[in-house]
Amino acid sequence: MQESTANKVAANATSSFTEHLQRDRPELLPFNRSGQGGATAAAPLQVPHATTIVAMGYNGGVLMAGDRRATMGNVIASRHIEKVFPADRYSVLGIAGTAGIAIDLTRLFQVELEHYEKIEGTLLSLEGKANRLGAMIRGNLPLALQGLAVVPLFAGFDTSAGVGRLFSYDVTGGRYEEHEHHTVGSGSVFARGALKKLWRPNLSAEEAVAVAIEALFDAADDDSATGGPDTVRRLWPVVYTVDSTGTRRVAEEQLAAASLSVIEARTIAGREA
Amino acid sequence: MTQQFYVSPEQLMKDRADFARKGIARGKSVVVISCEDGIALVAENPSPSLHKIGEIYDKIAFAAVGKYNEFESLRQAGVRYADVRGYSYDREDVTARGLASVYAQSLGAVFTAEQKPFEVELAVAEVGATQAEDHLYRLTFDGSIADEHSFVVMGGQAERVASAIDQGWRASLGFPDAVRLALNGLAPAPEAEDTAKPVPARAIEVAVLDRHSEEVRGARRAFRRLNDADITALLA
Repeated sequence: MQESTANKVAANATSSFTEHLQRDRPELLPFNRSGQGGATAAAPLQVPHATTIVAMGYNGGVLMAGDRRATMGNVIASRHIEKVFPADRYSVLGIAGTAGIAIDLTRLFQVELEHYEKIEGTLLSLEGKANRLGAMIRGNLPLALQGLAVVPLFAGFDTSAGVGRLFSYDVTGGRYEEHEHHTVGSGSVFARGALKKLWRPNLSAEEAVAVAIEALFDAADDDSATGGPDTVRRLWPVVYTVDSTGTRRVAEEQLAAASLSVIEARTIAGREA
Repeated sequence: MTQQFYVSPEQLMKDRADFARKGIARGKSVVVISCEDGIALVAENPSPSLHKIGEIYDKIAFAAVGKYNEFESLRQAGVRYADVRGYSYDREDVTARGLASVYAQSLGAVFTAEQKPFEVELAVAEVGATQAEDHLYRLTFDGSIADEHSFVVMGGQAERVASAIDQGWRASLGFPDAVRLALNGLAPAPEAEDTAKPVPARAIEVAVLDRHSEEVRGARRAFRRLNDADITALLA
């Protein structure tokens, strides 16, 4: 009797918010809502998709940037969407793919990390955070097979090793550590090409912001689903940096200046392609 | 077959209440003070890792006295309740009032239905934009709930500590003065002609809910646990 009570208590003790929801409120999980419409891969749903995210290491940390466009087929669904979020004090998360599910997954991941911190009284290790995110993406696999995939990019500062690290994922939840830089989303090939030429080791934080903006500019140049800097509405990419002091959102003024200088340099060069 | 003796409900409840009160009276005290800078939570606690004070949500903190395993399970249940609520509605829909009423119901159910009542006393504190919007709730082992103003004292020598704090409390206190006041209250009663000895920084646990955490720290989460160095610096 004693034995079984102790076992029950131990089995119920979880520091994971997702596990708690799975047990008590499964209907709240973003990937447990059954698609009742009978959507198949042959006829993908018309839902907003979020696009290009770039991330790179710099001297003392990591940076992540995302453009501001969401598309639905050939229509621009949103010009204001934000796709890079702080996950907790020392990590950020960027999402590409089905916007609705991705934003819910992000919220779940943020609560997951905060929940663990409050229950345990300590932060989860960076590897631990990366693994939790992988498990969530894995949970979304049935929906991904119906065409509602979410592909995140995760970056954080490893406080025990004292370095910034970068992780990419596939739709099955596979987790891969990336070095130097990485991109995801529809414009990722173009952004990646730009990063290969622009990125170098030991960039300063300001230089890294400029490199990220230019890589996104190149992605927007060739990919219709990626939005470039919008000088009419004054919309700039969302950029976060993570270093030993934590996550920081790069100020609008700095982004405006960096975006305008890329536009100016390209205008002066006057090149066609 | 053993004969069941008749015990009147009054006697049964009284016995349970006495049992719980005895358990709580053995423990050390905890003070929660609302002040100008926010809400300060101060506990006499020699352990640096087994906390009596905890974060529940953005603006909400928890403090407890009594049996560790019992209040720790209540704290974790509170964190789960708050996180589920904030996740399914919105962060601002998580309130101390809602949490306190869930605690009151659980404590009440345990008091009447379980083998033994919980030997705990809880405080739920929520910091508001102004001092008038602060909420302090005190919950006792039988599920009764009290809406307190300015400060809450729980634990062994609650009455003595409360009267000491009542004399020094003003709405305009900052964190250093509020913590100092709490420590003076918590200091053991002077024996005969001795003067009261202050509690050393190692033996206390201090956390605060910052009233203006967004403006000052850029953080939505107002809860901040102070380590020994922070406490020494705060009181210097």
